[in-house]
Amino acid sequence: MSATATNYYDRKGLFATLGRDGMLQIILIANTVLMLAPIIIMVFSAFKTTPEIFKSPFGIPDFAQVANFVKIWSETNFLRYLLNSFIVTGASMVLILTLGTMAAYAIGRYAFTGSNFILMFFLAGLTLPLKLAIIPLFMLMRDLSILNNQLSLIFVYTAMGLPTTIFIMTGFIRSLPNELEDAARMDGASEARIMWAIMLPLVRPAMVIAGIQNVVPIWNDFFFPLVFIQNDSLKTLPQGLTTFMGEYTTDWGVLFSGLTLSAAPIILIYIVLSKQFIAGMTSGAVK
Amino acid sequence: MARLSLRDIKKRFKTTDVLHGIDLEIGDREFVVFVGPSGCGKSTLLRLIAGLDPISGGDFFLNDQRMNDVPPSRRGIAMVFQSYALYPHMDVYENMAFGARLMGLTKDEVEKRIADAARMLRLEALLKRKPRELSGGQRQRVAIGRALVRKPEVFLLDEPLSNLDAALRSEVRLEIAKLHRDIGGTMIYVTHDQVEAMTLADKIVVMNAGRIEQVGSPRELYETPANTFVATFIGSPRMTLVDVTRDGEKLAVANGGSIATGALPAGDTFKLGLRPDAVKLHRGHAGDGLTAQVVYTEYLGDNAYVYSRLADGTLVSARTGPNDIYAPDEAVTVTVEPGSAHYFSAEDGRRLTP
Repeated sequence: MSATATNYYDRKGLFATLGRDGMLQIILIANTVLMLAPIIIMVFSAFKTTPEIFKSPFGIPDFAQVANFVKIWSETNFLRYLLNSFIVTGASMVLILTLGTMAAYAIGRYAFTGSNFILMFFLAGLTLPLKLAIIPLFMLMRDLSILNNQLSLIFVYTAMGLPTTIFIMTGFIRSLPNELEDAARMDGASEARIMWAIMLPLVRPAMVIAGIQNVVPIWNDFFFPLVFIQNDSLKTLPQGLTTFMGEYTTDWGVLFSGLTLSAAPIILIYIVLSKQFIAGMTSGAVK
Repeated sequence: MARLSLRDIKKRFKTTDVLHGIDLEIGDREFVVFVGPSGCGKSTLLRLIAGLDPISGGDFFLNDQRMNDVPPSRRGIAMVFQSYALYPHMDVYENMAFGARLMGLTKDEVEKRIADAARMLRLEALLKRKPRELSGGQRQRVAIGRALVRKPEVFLLDEPLSNLDAALRSEVRLEIAKLHRDIGGTMIYVTHDQVEAMTLADKIVVMNAGRIEQVGSPRELYETPANTFVATFIGSPRMTLVDVTRDGEKLAVANGGSIATGALPAGDTFKLGLRPDAVKLHRGHAGDGLTAQVVYTEYLGDNAYVYSRLADGTLVSARTGPNDIYAPDEAVTVTVEPGSAHYFSAEDGRRLTP
């Protein structure tokens, strides 16, 4: 009795066997599987017909069978949608990052009355679900006569992206050493040049984080284009792909191949930019 | 030519007064060191001279030109920052070229100045490196190089050695002294380390709580400190201050005997200032002198410092030979080398002359 008890207490637990790092590895691997599974299933399904998808959802498809992609290409304005998505997302990102960085720089670097209020004002935007305001927004866009116009999307996305961007960038800019600015000022740089030549290169990691944070929801957004855009030649990718989602029948294979194509650019951007996270830009600035 | 003249300079941050009227003249080619404890306002004063913070009151003249409202880059002043503040995304060459280009120099002139600075500071091999690939001492030299390239009339150095380890510190200290001889500009150097101040300065400005306590050469400050603050701040180990009362020709410490120290100033009570080398220790409680008990001994190789406690509780430091070993709690008698003591007013701590 006592022997078994001793044995029980002597037995090493999972934590002791694997150690902290081992446990972390297991959690990370499990997380990776969970995250990647839907993407892999999406890619697999893109090469299957609808009956095949339902017959063996996890089976490995015949990658030579590209009928779905051909159908996307020939039966929809895929290129047009892709271009529209690029225009809308690109323009929104340029606006978000430019305006966001400038606002964050001012809030983070200059002490002026009301700077905290402005920061709070932007942060309040984080808590507002913009979709609740869809009806007033619709009327606003109608009165501005930019319904059925990509500007309506760009404006809404910019407004949506600014709070997070300013939140991330202000914190980051505040963490940069003041002496760098002083040094540039002693060197004779104007305020604009200090921001452009000294600070901007240093906040690039934060811009990438803010960028990734914003680019994914904007690229994937379905709701606002559905409300604001009716003209087929102005539709974005997620909206355009619904062509294959009928009321009674849905061509899942084609839909998945469309999703695969639309996810590809964003995954590529992510992979390219993620290197930026790692580069410790400020190391060596100050000891 | 660069003469700086500070007249009644004041600095206020919101409601806090940081500098209470600083008057100071700095001559051409002088090496001036601002020294004082943390928070005494020495770095603030430097930033006012640089133009990085606005002056709240008073006037600052550079060569008889009022500089209060002139932007930093037009003052002909360059600054080396405590953290070096190198631009991390630019290599060494670009770091030095940034300011020079903004001065509107021609490309050839910029290149020539950088080449000169790099040669002087032994940076030639490092020009293509980023700051993060440099050691602390190298970064320090780049920061100085960046200032040199602008050929300023006045160099400001804000605790430039505080991020270096002890061995490197004395090396760079020598280099800065040599640099000052070679380029001959006016240098203002801020430090809290009195050894740096003593070794580098032509003129030391001792600051405390937003005021100047004393201005003078290292020797003047050491030999004739104007008050107890300067007396205890300059010199290591610090000067011992003992409360004494006059007893005829001698000075008496409460329940601790009395000593002769030479000619005395007028007055009955004052503070007696003793540097470690003015103090002599004798074993046992005997003869003329102050009775004391040894607390501990610091052995430094070529000499030793013995700390002993007087009857009134004051800790006295004495320099002794390396072979004079005193045991803790050993009874000793303290005497003073005649003529080497300092006297300060018991009320306001000002220097009294015999």
